[in-house]
Amino acid sequence: MAVTTQELDQMVAAKVKELAEHRLEQMVREQVRAVLDAEAQKSARPKRVAIVSSKGTLDAGYPPLILATTAAALDMEVGVFFTFFGLHILKKKGLDNLKFVPVANPAMPMPMPNLLGALPGMTGLATLMMKQTIKQKNIASIPELMDVAKESGVKLWPCQMTMDMMDIKREDLIDGLEEPVGAATFLEFASHADITLYV
Amino acid sequence: MAIGYTVDERLDCKGLNCPLPVIKTKKALEKLAVGQVLEMVATDPGSKSDMAAWSKSTGHELLETKEEPGLFMFYVRKTK
Repeated sequence: MAVTTQELDQMVAAKVKELAEHRLEQMVREQVRAVLDAEAQKSARPKRVAIVSSKGTLDAGYPPLILATTAAALDMEVGVFFTFFGLHILKKKGLDNLKFVPVANPAMPMPMPNLLGALPGMTGLATLMMKQTIKQKNIASIPELMDVAKESGVKLWPCQMTMDMMDIKREDLIDGLEEPVGAATFLEFASHADITLYV
Repeated sequence: MAIGYTVDERLDCKGLNCPLPVIKTKKALEKLAVGQVLEMVATDPGSKSDMAAWSKSTGHELLETKEEPGLFMFYVRKTK
């Protein structure tokens, strides 16, 4: 049978089109399956919360610990990275001795001029008053929240760089923590998080 | 009490503030068997929405919420 060049071209074009369509369909199917698998995996794993705790005062110690312990109670996977002054919360001498600083805080229950707040003893007084209120109102203390966090499997990471910078030794820190880590470890954890908070 | 379940365990969270009622509920539930019901009583008005959110997040069933002046009662069935 004689086939003209034109006919041959048409046949080749038709075959190529058929193969291309088949391959395209296959690729689309694979892509869809991959997306569905990823979604299924995502919904199967617990929600993840990543928190950075960067401040070392009594009032700044609360939000990360309250959110971390509550997230754990909500069956979420939680990790808190304690860096800079936030590391103070993890110190044996810091945990139960966080201070409430009245200076530059216009939201004080009793507003205090900065000049007064800066007087010697004012931080101690304000801290004492704050701690009394916390106790009276049956609000959990920082050490209590820390215990709950540890019990419920919250990952507590001390920042290695802060430890080096502030000359803080591992034995200066409370027990039950993860090994000190750097920013990369936290970021890797946070890159798979559903909620990320900086406090 | 609503018909259809019996309370197996009670938890008193009166006077406690956020986040303790939710945390203590979660802890108390760990001691129960699947299907058992916990009654939690709280005075924290925030616990009303918090317990609903907790149930939604954990999958434990909030069977009923009752309210008396200054008191909130929650009935939770352990599902897993």
